[in-house]
Amino acid sequence: MNETSLPESTPSLQRKLEGRALRSMLLSILVWISAILTSIPLFSVLYMLSTRGGARLNWEAFTELPPAGFEMGGGFGNALVGTLFMVGIASLIAIPLGILAAIFLAELGPNSKLATIARFSAKVLAGVPSILAGVFAYATVVVTTGTYSAIAGGVALAVLMLPIVVLTAEESMKMVPKIMKDAAYGMGCTHTQVIWKIVLPTGMPAILTGVMLAIARASGETAPLLFTALFSNYWLIQDGRLDAMNPTASLAVLIYNFSGMPFDNQIELAWAASLVLVIIVLIINAISRIFGKPKF
Amino acid sequence: MKKPFLHNVETDSICQPPSPSVIFVDRAFRMLARLGVILVFSLIVVLVLEIGIKALPSIQKSGLDVITGTVWDVGQQKFGILPAIWGTLYSSLIALFVGGFFGISMAIFLTQDFLHPRLAAIFRAIVELLAAIPSVVYGLWGIFVVIPAIRPLTDELNESLGWIPFFSSTLSGPGLLPAALVLAIMILPTIAAVSQDALRAVPLRTKQAAYGMGTTHWEAILKVMVPTAATGIFGSLVLGLGRALGETMALAMLIGNSNQISLSLFAPANTLAAMLALNFPEAGPSEIEVLMYAALVLMLITLVVNVLGSMIITYAQRGMK
Repeated sequence: MNETSLPESTPSLQRKLEGRALRSMLLSILVWISAILTSIPLFSVLYMLSTRGGARLNWEAFTELPPAGFEMGGGFGNALVGTLFMVGIASLIAIPLGILAAIFLAELGPNSKLATIARFSAKVLAGVPSILAGVFAYATVVVTTGTYSAIAGGVALAVLMLPIVVLTAEESMKMVPKIMKDAAYGMGCTHTQVIWKIVLPTGMPAILTGVMLAIARASGETAPLLFTALFSNYWLIQDGRLDAMNPTASLAVLIYNFSGMPFDNQIELAWAASLVLVIIVLIINAISRIFGKPKF
Repeated sequence: MKKPFLHNVETDSICQPPSPSVIFVDRAFRMLARLGVILVFSLIVVLVLEIGIKALPSIQKSGLDVITGTVWDVGQQKFGILPAIWGTLYSSLIALFVGGFFGISMAIFLTQDFLHPRLAAIFRAIVELLAAIPSVVYGLWGIFVVIPAIRPLTDELNESLGWIPFFSSTLSGPGLLPAALVLAIMILPTIAAVSQDALRAVPLRTKQAAYGMGTTHWEAILKVMVPTAATGIFGSLVLGLGRALGETMALAMLIGNSNQISLSLFAPANTLAAMLALNFPEAGPSEIEVLMYAALVLMLITLVVNVLGSMIITYAQRGMK
């Protein structure tokens, strides 16, 4: 009996698809299917944007005013300008204030009671629905000035950007190595000098990532603009005069308004405007990613 | 006696205490930064107060009648927001079920060694892109893609299973189900991202111990990894719920803006945020007061859910360390 064979009762070491192994296999297939199902909406959105939006995207779309009713042609030039202008106002308010607050939270008094309260409020603010930022800007700016305006829209967007800037800038500054700061303090630097010469330059790429994310978020927001900036069929700059205290158009509100209209021309324009809006948001996201590559 | 180094530096200009101007700049800048923090803190206080004060007349006039009322008729000056509260909760819960299932399976898929790292990076980018698309674009997509796509299915369900309250009406354009489905897509990235963090925080040796006991891949995931990360995953669901409750545009475009309380998934409904978006621009003074009341209710609901969510996640992270 030279033959060597395993006794029959020994369980096979080969993988058989039954029992527990089979269950594991089936679950893996399930999770693959669900991952692919999850990706379908994205590709569907991108497909619709490129076919329906791309078809209408021409030079006219960028330079002309929105069409009214049965009019053919037209574009969303004023809405593009309006979006850029209001995001600009919001950035002017939110970025300096946010970074200033983050400096205090990260460097000047990270464990003070004030910092704990402010950090908590920034987190709460980050979770506030965007429409409430609009309600707030309506109650403070629109009611006080008596008119819908680009300024009110900018304030509403700033409320949404501020917590993102504060929280990401604080995290970025905390990542600056402590030895670098200690070295500067050891040389006799004041707090301010350490912050301006060490912390801000070293943390800047990461801070800019957060800033870019905040700008991307603000560019796509609609709800806070609905009843702060409202909408307008005219240019923001008329006869060489900037009209910041009148209703102002934005891409997002244009998409919303046109999506419910029964005219094909307007719906095509809504798709084209969506394509432009998504491209803007994606470009800003891509820039933030370039900054965001970790350096240390 | 020659002192070392002194011959090539001018001691006076380098080794000196900060000049008065430097000290002044330092103090001024620190004051400024403190002011910035106080502004951030007061912003949330002012936001709550501003909405609260504007809602006060309506609260005094009708008290809880607004919350329990079911009729919204400007002509009769009857304002009830119960259908909107119902719609907010109902649509968010459906979105949470759907988005939660797909979000958590995506998190498992991305963290539990199913994929080559390069392929995983592609799927991760897909989830991040889903988060980057503005909600108004999702609304547009919902109107022209989701509603036509699910309509045949909903008609069939209504015909064959119409006696079940969930299917008791037909989908005539906008309705609860398309709105909730789009909402699910929008909260999925939040749930997937936070759950991924929770799953990644589980120490490697925990997984190795499970494999060492002879578990299959999925037994390790379902019996060891997911239970260990359960608190964080739960927190991700609560945060997703917070986002769903406050989401405005996609719902305003897809839910149909109809003030009725119905269990049917295919009936049009309303949510608090959508109601604000749709009624605010053309509201008269008395309607504005009630809308401020509705805004206050929405803020309280989302505040509670969000604070709860971040507390759960902080607790989970502390437990992992």
